[in-house]
Amino acid sequence: MKHVIEDLGRRRGRARLGGGAARIDAQHAKGKLTARERLSILLDEGSFEEFDAFVEHRATEFGMAANKVPGDGVVTGWGTVNGRAVFVYAKDFTVLGGSLGEAHAGKITKVQDLALRNKAPIVGLFDAGGARIQEGVAALGGYAEVFQRNVLASGVIPQISLVMGPCAGGDVYSPAMTDFVFMVRGTSYMFVTGPDVVKTVTGETVTAEELGGADVHATRSSVADGAYDDDVTLLLQARRLIDFLPSSNVSGAPHWPTRDDPDREEPSLDTLAPENPNAPWDVKELVRKVADERDFFEIQEAHAKNVVVGFARIAGRPVGIVANQPAALAGVLDADASRKAARFVRFCDAFSLPLVTFVDVPGFLPGTAQEYGGLIKHGAKLLFAYAEATVPKVTVIARKAYGGAYDVMASKHLRGDVNYAWPTAQIAVMGAKGAVEILHRAELGDPGKIAARAKDYEARFMSPFVAAERGYVDDVIMPRETRRRVARALAMLEGKALANPWKKHDNIPL
Amino acid sequence: MFGKILVANRGEIACRILRTAKRMGIATVAVHSAADSDASHVATADEAVAIGPAPAAQSYLSIEAIVDACRRTGADAVHPGYGFLSERAAFARALAEAGVVFIGPNPGAIEAMGDKIASKRLARAAGVAVVPGRDEALEAVADARAVAAEIGYPVMIKASAGGGGKGMRVVRSEAGLAEAFERARSEAMSSFGDDRIFVEKFVVDPRHVEIQVIGDRHGNVVHLGERECSVQRRNQKVLEEAPSPLLDEATRAAMGAQAVALAKAVGYDSAGTVEFVAGQDRSFHFLEMNTRLQVEHPVTELVTGLDLVELMIRVAAGEPLPFGQGDVKLSGWAVESRVYAEDPRRGFLPSIGRLSTYRPPEAGRFGDATVRVDDGVVEGAEVTIHYDPMIAKLVTHAPTRAAAIDAQALALDGFALDGPACNLDFLAALMANARWRAGALSTGLIGEEFPDGFSGGAPAGETARETAAIAVVCDHVGNKRKRAIAGPMRAPRPVTFDAARSVRIGAAEFVARVAEDGDAFAVTFADGARLRVASDWWLGDPVWRGEIDGRPAAARVAPVENGLRIARGGHAADARVHSRAEAALAALMPAKAARRGASRLTTPMPGVLRRLDVKEGDALKAGDPFCVVEAMKMENVLRADRDGAVGRVLAKVGDTLAADAPIAEFA
Repeated sequence: MKHVIEDLGRRRGRARLGGGAARIDAQHAKGKLTARERLSILLDEGSFEEFDAFVEHRATEFGMAANKVPGDGVVTGWGTVNGRAVFVYAKDFTVLGGSLGEAHAGKITKVQDLALRNKAPIVGLFDAGGARIQEGVAALGGYAEVFQRNVLASGVIPQISLVMGPCAGGDVYSPAMTDFVFMVRGTSYMFVTGPDVVKTVTGETVTAEELGGADVHATRSSVADGAYDDDVTLLLQARRLIDFLPSSNVSGAPHWPTRDDPDREEPSLDTLAPENPNAPWDVKELVRKVADERDFFEIQEAHAKNVVVGFARIAGRPVGIVANQPAALAGVLDADASRKAARFVRFCDAFSLPLVTFVDVPGFLPGTAQEYGGLIKHGAKLLFAYAEATVPKVTVIARKAYGGAYDVMASKHLRGDVNYAWPTAQIAVMGAKGAVEILHRAELGDPGKIAARAKDYEARFMSPFVAAERGYVDDVIMPRETRRRVARALAMLEGKALANPWKKHDNIPL
Repeated sequence: MFGKILVANRGEIACRILRTAKRMGIATVAVHSAADSDASHVATADEAVAIGPAPAAQSYLSIEAIVDACRRTGADAVHPGYGFLSERAAFARALAEAGVVFIGPNPGAIEAMGDKIASKRLARAAGVAVVPGRDEALEAVADARAVAAEIGYPVMIKASAGGGGKGMRVVRSEAGLAEAFERARSEAMSSFGDDRIFVEKFVVDPRHVEIQVIGDRHGNVVHLGERECSVQRRNQKVLEEAPSPLLDEATRAAMGAQAVALAKAVGYDSAGTVEFVAGQDRSFHFLEMNTRLQVEHPVTELVTGLDLVELMIRVAAGEPLPFGQGDVKLSGWAVESRVYAEDPRRGFLPSIGRLSTYRPPEAGRFGDATVRVDDGVVEGAEVTIHYDPMIAKLVTHAPTRAAAIDAQALALDGFALDGPACNLDFLAALMANARWRAGALSTGLIGEEFPDGFSGGAPAGETARETAAIAVVCDHVGNKRKRAIAGPMRAPRPVTFDAARSVRIGAAEFVARVAEDGDAFAVTFADGARLRVASDWWLGDPVWRGEIDGRPAAARVAPVENGLRIARGGHAADARVHSRAEAALAALMPAKAARRGASRLTTPMPGVLRRLDVKEGDALKAGDPFCVVEAMKMENVLRADRDGAVGRVLAKVGDTLAADAPIAEFA
């Protein structure tokens, strides 16, 4: 018995050391923390319970039998974030480069299974060299076991991937199937094939950072939902994200107490949307002034800035915010913006987070680039996502709601529960000039007549009242009272129960 | 008394005049340009009249439009405020012709004081000390030499048409006179096409002191003491106070008597200001007389207890002054800061935009201190390029100068303003400046005390410790709330946070423990120092207000990634609060070099280039606007994503641009 306890201590010590002091120093020298250090920040102090610290691989080929380290390159277990259970696995770059083999994969799938069974979020921390080539097809099998579980857990528990080092080849697909991907600038990258292969195949010379760095994925590809300057910043922001997320699709959102009055008036919102329909304004000011404590956790901030999505709380309860951003590209919906918002709407719907939508959209972006790029299909994704969503949907039309984009943005016709309009709202098929040029084509040669027609059109159609007369908006509200009206609508909708017809799954236009 | 007053101005001064008129039960009319239709002064007045487009020349400076507005609204008097038409005799005459009373001095007085040379002659005749020198233009160096010998060096050589420092030369001894004279003359010729040159005594280390006078239409004139406005930047006043720390009773009486004598000499019959340049030895000389209400009049109001606007209205209506010189008593000290939309960290460049946050400190009486906020904006108002960039005047009054400065410092720290850059941090730094606090002022103070400009970075010493205490208490409030989140595990032990927190502010690091202590917090630092911090701040409040060891304190707080940006006492810095374990790991993180943006300025959207703000060689800072692209019928302001110098410009106004089309290169 005594020798077992002694052995336990010795083994634990070895496991904690991972790849050894020299490799830990090398990790630090690169500006990276070790797997265990990362978990100590991500999880509440002292809350981490490790599993499988003694697991070793069973490979023997290529000299692997002599190269065994307890833990096998991944640290797994669970802990809490502000007291709520979270399952974790963190690749340990100091052990065999964090590469994935059969035993390593087994450790991951074990916590994946636990997370799904116990309905708690799972967070993966990536910093690894990919598949363990020495293990061959066993490693590939391991990947697929992980992928399969990612898919089964999708929409049941939140899955978050923190990419904090290399993440290439097979490693990239697990993060890609999770709900949120964060990356660290300068020290992390993600790509299917690296710069060497790119050079061989296409002749392009490109660095890892240029090919798959945090900013590339956060800005251009949209693979990443957030990019942060260092490990500590990213991990603390991940904790902040988790505070917004339900533990599972049946647990309900994690509300917390606030002293921010839900009835708070914001008189400055009355002047936020400029009267000149061509003048831009920043919808994030609206989001922050409606949200509790001005707190807004933006998702994909740098990508498709013409639509803003993210999490906020109203009266202490988390909600998903979707807002057209007139300060970028006039707030137009293009393929990227549609995809970005659609994915976010589906996340919120899957996890029962109410959707608050702020609308100022001049339409869909015209042009060959957009049409060839499949704007129809991408725009349809957002339309589909809003239409299938059964969570409470509260919509505020701040200014323009033109054409098909009006329909898309959580309109009454897509089962919007409470739809409000500001007095500045213009709900119409299109702007006055365009409409008049079609309606009165015969008078096009007479600028005076056309101008008069445009004025008539504006007076009649460019207001919230045509829609309000039909009940397409439930009320015209003063901007200053937006927070109170949205908070009350959400409170009223707390008991909302709506189910879509039974189906195996839908067929969203991917 | 008048039945209806029209205020021919905008912004804070219009609001301030309207307030007094309303209190007096007089109906009010505002006028506004197209840019100001939602402005505060419009909302404050009983009626408002649109008088033209945004440019002042076509609106607030249009005599015709304003006289017409009087006619349309039936206003029987006009208060011009300051600036705009306030010192135009023609405006006063046009109003008189229309049968409307001008609330200001008679046109004769405006004209007499409007001409620099004529006013100087009048002043000398009235027995006022003027700067020694010769009033007439000098022909040759020899003449200049004679005058300089008479008045003594140093002397100032000035172009008659001069302004903005051009054509002005200080000469310290005879040796440099000839060259300076010729240089000034040629500079004056090339800059102004007028080579007339004057010589006058140069006052070393000058101070700006002015006397407030008020007269009525019955020949009475009294003075209301002085104001000192020495703290200036490029001839623009920044801080004003009353009384002046320079003057003694005898000087005050002498200066006041001269100002009254001058006012009487020109038949002055309203509120006006006689400006003097004063030496450190309390010698003083007349500069000019401003025939209007001054921007800085509130400091006089706070030390005299008078309402200058009310007095102006009453004397304009023909009432005699209700008091004599002997009744004017100065009590306590008043300090005023001008809050400008300008960026002190970038050479005071003017800044425009929407005031997304605007929460001035609460006005009123707090103990024996008074806080007054004169502003003409509300949150959501727009600071535009069309008008003066002054957003507000913050005035404090207390029994002593030190107490008034302390109250001003506290009020500045509790002033939240976001959107355009503003000089609040700079003003707060001035309040902490030792020379300002000692009253050792001169018009060169800002340049001498901030020779390398203003940076306003992280605080040090005890200020840093107090800021750390604020940060750690804010962090505590946040952590405590996080513990109340719904859905925690029913674990055998509750979530705990390490009570010892590490606070990093700039280069300084503190370790402190927070314990709740009644309705306050006891903050104990690792070195044993303790601060008791009381505050009811809640997450999201842009201003932290409370007490530190019983002394009132305030700070602007704004969330940044993993921390708070705390601005207080002229220092603004990010405070990061961690557990000690986190701090140890955070210390391993490399400092990230500022991210390099793209090598070109591009448009992210297809559209038409409507405006181009840069040319080759311009220096750009990240965030600077460089062009306007119209897309989807919307004007989009594009901003540089990094610092750099502009190289080749690749597009011109009117070009149709594809997405990602280059507009200019970085050099």
